[in-house]
Amino acid sequence: MQRRAFLKTLAALPALGVAGRLFAAPTSGPRFLLVFLRGGYDSNHLLVPYASDFYYEARPHIAIARPGSGADAATRLDDAWALAPAVHDSLGALYAQRQVAFVPFAGTDDLSRSHFETQDDVESGETAAQRHGFHSGFMARLAGVLGRQAAPIAFTRSLPLSFQGGHGDIPNLSLRGRTRAAFTPRQVDLLQAMYEGTPLQAPVRDGLKLRQQVAGKFAEEMVHASRGAVNPGGFATETARIATLMRDQFRLGFVDVGGWDTHVNQGDARGVLANNLANLGRGLEAFARGMGDEWKHTVVAVISEFGRTFRENGDRGTDHGHGTVYTFLGGALRGGRILGEQRAVTRANLLQDRDYPVLNNYRAVFGGLFQRLWGLSDEHVNQVFPGAPPRDLGLV
Amino acid sequence: MRFTLPKPWIAGALVALLLTLLAPTALAAPPDARNIAWLDRITFGADSATLAQYRKLGREGFLQAQLHPGDPALPPAVTTQLASLDAERLTLNDIATQLREQRAKLRALDKGDPQRRALAKAWRKRGHALADQAAQAELLRAIASPAQLREQMTVFWLNHFSVFQRKRQVGWFVADYTNRVIRPHALGSFRDLVMATLTSPAMLQYLDNANNARGHYNENYARELMELHTLGVHAGYTQQDVQALMHILSGLTLDLRPRERARRFGARGPQRINALVAFYPRRHDASPQVFLGHTFAGDDMSEIRRAVDLIVAQPACARFISTELARYFVADTPSPALIDRMSRTFQRTHGDIAAVLHTLFTAPELDAQLGRKFKDPMQFVISAVRLSADGREVVNAEPLVKALRTLGEPLYGRLTPDGWPLQATSWNSSGQMSDRFRLARALGSGRMPLFDPGAKRAPVGTAPPDIAASMLYRESLAPRLRDATRQALAQARNRVEWNTLLLASPDFNFR
Repeated sequence: MQRRAFLKTLAALPALGVAGRLFAAPTSGPRFLLVFLRGGYDSNHLLVPYASDFYYEARPHIAIARPGSGADAATRLDDAWALAPAVHDSLGALYAQRQVAFVPFAGTDDLSRSHFETQDDVESGETAAQRHGFHSGFMARLAGVLGRQAAPIAFTRSLPLSFQGGHGDIPNLSLRGRTRAAFTPRQVDLLQAMYEGTPLQAPVRDGLKLRQQVAGKFAEEMVHASRGAVNPGGFATETARIATLMRDQFRLGFVDVGGWDTHVNQGDARGVLANNLANLGRGLEAFARGMGDEWKHTVVAVISEFGRTFRENGDRGTDHGHGTVYTFLGGALRGGRILGEQRAVTRANLLQDRDYPVLNNYRAVFGGLFQRLWGLSDEHVNQVFPGAPPRDLGLV
Repeated sequence: MRFTLPKPWIAGALVALLLTLLAPTALAAPPDARNIAWLDRITFGADSATLAQYRKLGREGFLQAQLHPGDPALPPAVTTQLASLDAERLTLNDIATQLREQRAKLRALDKGDPQRRALAKAWRKRGHALADQAAQAELLRAIASPAQLREQMTVFWLNHFSVFQRKRQVGWFVADYTNRVIRPHALGSFRDLVMATLTSPAMLQYLDNANNARGHYNENYARELMELHTLGVHAGYTQQDVQALMHILSGLTLDLRPRERARRFGARGPQRINALVAFYPRRHDASPQVFLGHTFAGDDMSEIRRAVDLIVAQPACARFISTELARYFVADTPSPALIDRMSRTFQRTHGDIAAVLHTLFTAPELDAQLGRKFKDPMQFVISAVRLSADGREVVNAEPLVKALRTLGEPLYGRLTPDGWPLQATSWNSSGQMSDRFRLARALGSGRMPLFDPGAKRAPVGTAPPDIAASMLYRESLAPRLRDATRQALAQARNRVEWNTLLLASPDFNFR
């Protein structure tokens, strides 16, 4: 290597990075966490269309029983919808406090019913026709529009598409599993010293520091865990950690959860999918609790790339569908409601006699929400979701 | 100074002649820091064998040897290990037979039958296992092959013509894709390479041309063939061209049930291309199509070949491929003058990849960028192993497959067809840097069981590699370390820490 040339390049490049704001985010102001359920979860197992006879016809083996019909029955929310028993104690309790709202018939206009295409579509925030390459996500563009107040982070191993293509360095750190520090403080100093004055000075410092800090923060929790106080496998462990970081340092967060592609034996009020939903519900509840006073400034959106077929398949599971249910949570949410455009759940109202239509496009709904949360101009919303005018559902 | 080179083969012959004449002088010249930095680009990272070859051949001779490597032998232990992998042994014929058997078994069972589910699951698992083995095999070759440039190009093209092993049966096909489709053409004719991918089971399955048939069109592959593989986006072709190409490509399909189809289609039966791929005239739309200004009609493979010839002859193709190559080997934003010269070479030689690479590796623009390109995870991992093992036979690549997963760049693991990004910004986020440092320690600690096939961890008491004491380190890295790195290394308290710092240093992470 040409040492002189190398140093010259280093000097010429600005030190990118977020270090300036990473460890000193302002303490109040809106926070937003996006929870992405990868695999297309079956929304009928969360929000049950109990008033529809067709629902019980179409799912002879896996439907969830009508409210009031026994131990494993759903809980009535309004005349059309009921909540699955798996999330009764978690989301149900928050709904009663008006901190949860559901938006059925939600989703994208992508009809490929392909996981990867639709996930990309959602994360890019642009329609396939608008998209130039695969490298720009709507969360990154939102962070760009919000500027210094954004303080974004992805709680994932690599940067998800949602957060790609932004200006500057958006940190990422998975809080799943062990969070022990990899290096001693002395080693951290040595590693940092080698990158001093290089273009990677900021990300190296951020990455090492964030990891040390997280290890310190959660050291106590690990002690508890070893005594069995926390279930270390659960989503709640992860979301409690996320809450700690979002309460103190970050404003825009992203986390994903897998395991929703239930083609086979998904179960009814009990079973694989019910367990996953219960785990999700506990995680969201733990996050709400963990946010403390900041919960009232926080909104969580739980989304998935698509819904599933309305009818059960031959394997007592469901296949890739279209419309789904989004869940919104927040301390100051105008919740306890089921929002957005709706239609009766009948066979005639299905899309292609197969799945739910999308009446509430996520780009418009999120645009409306972001506009409310941060007072964004139409022009700014258009930068985040090009060509999708915001629609305010009155979530906050 | 600018000069044009004669045709590559003449250049090669001249150089060979010169080398014979100048051999004693060439032997005497050890590679200096600049030449070693150059070797770090043309290989996955110089090792002792690289330095020895360079001493013997000099720069141009070394370049020629890398551009036209022939079939150099791998170390015996690596050959044995490769031969033990199913993915390496199965021919396309074997795969076809196995998949057809599986398919027949599945179809014989009821949809609700738990046996059917178990079978389908076992089948999927087998596909993933085969893809894992294919990844191991490619890593073993990337580490050990003397044909270093060809292995880099294999990795480059695997990424350029990216496939995702978890889509349908793609996992079964990736070893074939790597060994039969990509590597033999990696330094050859670009047109042949495109045709090889176009008729490969992996690509047909991944980008859905297997489903592109008259009346049931799928334009996925037609679009990506131009946008991602040959011309680049905004190259002047229109949506109408995409549609026309889709029609031209209709009928070229993956063939998992040949007998049924052959019966159904009678006399106008399939034109078989390989054990799993055939062109079905009956599934093809033969109506006249205007594609890139030329008219296409007819119902056989020759029309597809003609379309590919037309695509790769576009100036946009020469420019797009040259840019991608320069982005991989030279700089994230390569100089337009270099792209111009590479494009001219591409057009003059009708897409001779070796000739284009000759232009690249002799360019002053490359020399000006030495030491400034951030290694992607693949380059980082392979170079770290080549430095720390230096010729010792690495036979277990399982931990390295895992390492690439951790760093977010697994082979055959990119979901979208655009391949892993070539720019540094995609690999040097804060989380990625700290993950990389942890891997630097894992690689430097000697804990990875790289020398024991199938082992999960290295035997207790395995000593970390003594990189500091190696001739390779003293010759290749030590003379060009930055002061900050030197100072950090001086404070290391033990060998693992020293190795970790070296592999984590900017000096090692840029090439």
